[in-house]
Amino acid sequence: MSKSLIIRGGTVIDPSQGINAPHDVLVRNGIIAALLPAGAETPEAGKVIDASGCWVVPGLIDVHVHLREPGYEYKETVETGARSAVAGGFTAVACMANTNPINDSAAVTEYILERSAVANLAHVYPIGAVSKGLKGEELAEIGEMKRAGICAVSDDGMPIMSGVLMRRALEYSSMFGLPVIVHEEDRDIAAGGVMNEGEWSVRLGLRGMPAAAEDAMVARDIALLEHSGGKLHVAHLSTVGAVDMVRAAKRRGLAITAEATPHHFTLTEAAVEGYNTNAKMNPPLRTQKDVDAVRAGILDGTIDIIATDHAPHHRDEKEVEFDLAANGIIGLETALPLALAMAREIGLSNEALVRAMSSNPAKLLGVAGGTLAEGSPADITVIDPEARWKLQPENLQSKSRNTPFVGASMAGRARVTMVGGRVVWEMPRNGGKK
Amino acid sequence: MPYTQRHLLGLEGLSRDELTHLVDTAAEFKEISERDIKKVPTLRGKTVLSVFYENSTRTRVSFEIAAKRMSADFVSLSASASSANKGETLLDTARNLDAMKPDAIILRHPSSGAAHFLAQRVECPIINAGDGSHEHPTQGLLDLLTIRERKGDIAGLTVTIVGDVLHSRVARSNLFALRTLGARVRLVGPATLLPREFSSWAEITNDLNEGVRDADVIMMLRIQLERQGKNFFPTTDEYSRYFGLNEEAVAKAKPDVIILHPGPINRGVEISSAVADGPYSVIMNQVTNGIAVRMAVLYLLANRTREEPISVVSSEPQLRRRVG
Repeated sequence: MSKSLIIRGGTVIDPSQGINAPHDVLVRNGIIAALLPAGAETPEAGKVIDASGCWVVPGLIDVHVHLREPGYEYKETVETGARSAVAGGFTAVACMANTNPINDSAAVTEYILERSAVANLAHVYPIGAVSKGLKGEELAEIGEMKRAGICAVSDDGMPIMSGVLMRRALEYSSMFGLPVIVHEEDRDIAAGGVMNEGEWSVRLGLRGMPAAAEDAMVARDIALLEHSGGKLHVAHLSTVGAVDMVRAAKRRGLAITAEATPHHFTLTEAAVEGYNTNAKMNPPLRTQKDVDAVRAGILDGTIDIIATDHAPHHRDEKEVEFDLAANGIIGLETALPLALAMAREIGLSNEALVRAMSSNPAKLLGVAGGTLAEGSPADITVIDPEARWKLQPENLQSKSRNTPFVGASMAGRARVTMVGGRVVWEMPRNGGKK
Repeated sequence: MPYTQRHLLGLEGLSRDELTHLVDTAAEFKEISERDIKKVPTLRGKTVLSVFYENSTRTRVSFEIAAKRMSADFVSLSASASSANKGETLLDTARNLDAMKPDAIILRHPSSGAAHFLAQRVECPIINAGDGSHEHPTQGLLDLLTIRERKGDIAGLTVTIVGDVLHSRVARSNLFALRTLGARVRLVGPATLLPREFSSWAEITNDLNEGVRDADVIMMLRIQLERQGKNFFPTTDEYSRYFGLNEEAVAKAKPDVIILHPGPINRGVEISSAVADGPYSVIMNQVTNGIAVRMAVLYLLANRTREEPISVVSSEPQLRRRVG
């Protein structure tokens, strides 16, 4: 029996096909059957989804989340993380390896995929560890994990201090076509800093980590990429220098991509004022110049991808002295409105925004999605770019609440999130449009 | 405007009037310590808790004497931050203490912002007795009182602060308060311990002789011997050669210069004995004034009823602006 539905009245924005125009989207058996002229007769259509005033885009994909399972289920599980993802308009996420046990083996990769199958919400693509135990010493069994289903490798959170290990990681991963995703921080230079080093760290008396700690590692890894080949993806760019170096490396034709997080293009280090632990993350929030550079990088395509670095932490891990507080914030449910706000402010086109949140992530991970081409899986996000809402912690789908945006007024939200033709999220009417 | 805030967390952001009120009040309390019977009933029936997560003899004793001269009941608790990490959190400890209904908690803690953290979460007034590298407001106030006694008005004075500015909460409290009161502040120290970002608030130099030239006040900071071996400077000998205050350097300052040091001093390292014990030294006056300042702060903070509204330190206006 053929099951079909139609998404009517929206503007389809699909950079993979160069489309930005009103279309109705016909979905059959979980597959995109056709993009129809707006208002076309569709005798066969079953369910109708009203997308008037909305954008209909290929499902958003977040290449950088922490789902905390196995091991830290009190912060987040694959299921709650996937629920948070679909509530934020994401149909797929790639989860980092710093679980417990660490995802440095096929067994853990398989476990995460099993949990994802049970949750049955967003697609979850595990990222394997580069090194065993994230220790930065010996390569993990990248080939075995590839067979089990990883889409990239990363020691995210634990910078790879050994240059020779980084070189081998690039070389070895290239056999499997896997990108190496790097958290760029020279720990020696960072010297235990807990926020950006600058006027605010000086004023607050907090240990600073200088932008140079990030820049030095970006420089090293670009040199290694040039030498060894492979695919390098630089996570959460946060400095003027890092953006400049990635831009220059791209001009030289290197296989380098980069991402930026909503918090790094929205907030500055001033958010730490009052010792707000929800403004503590790594890389830290930086200066206005850095924010401007990240925004410029998004605008000119130096930064390919918007990713959240969704990092759930329990309240008790943030309700402590600033020095002791855990790094990171949740991001899946705020990424879209923050990205829309940024896009409006810098004049980023709607197509470019969708490219950075869907097509480019799919390309990086080598996964389905990122397109509404006929025959593709019906992973679709219907975005109401004008929906006004206020971030209330009790409405968050994530298990954790660690976000500096509590109480903030947002514009733009996922009205419907569809994975494989199945509606997995609908915007609540009360919390949505006024 | 008098000082009416519930807590004393730092001197940054206090108005000229608030600072003046605090120092004026301290000046009034000084006389009590000159009496034969050094006790007034002002805080009788009030309980003052001192919670120290760092070793400190002088500040704790100074607070204790201040509280006792005001007839408050003083209870002292030393905690180790490292053992606290393994067991009870700072927040739990503070909530427990708060539940015992003290009238003020004096907190010394190695993490910057610890006092702010508690002030946002407990009922009781919090007096910051030093938080990490951030602020040490009662030290700043006693320095202001000491300077004012010798120099009259603080406005227009040139005050040179010398040493490990990076890690110094004394430097920050003084820097912010002195600027508010109209002094010109110079900071001197090795480049490793004097981030150039301080130039937003003060003149900075790595040359001691240049920094002390024509100064009205020189404030020396204690150099922490633990910093040696961490590459902030090679040896204390070399540090002393470049940043140790001796009579030759003092001669470059104004003839009536006064010299302060928060103590405890490392003789022959950041300050020579001749200078520390010399005629321009007001180090012992600082210690005496510390009692008066702490009496004043306890008087202003612990002597209130608990029903007064809590002034909440807001941490998020910045964000709202950015996002909205």
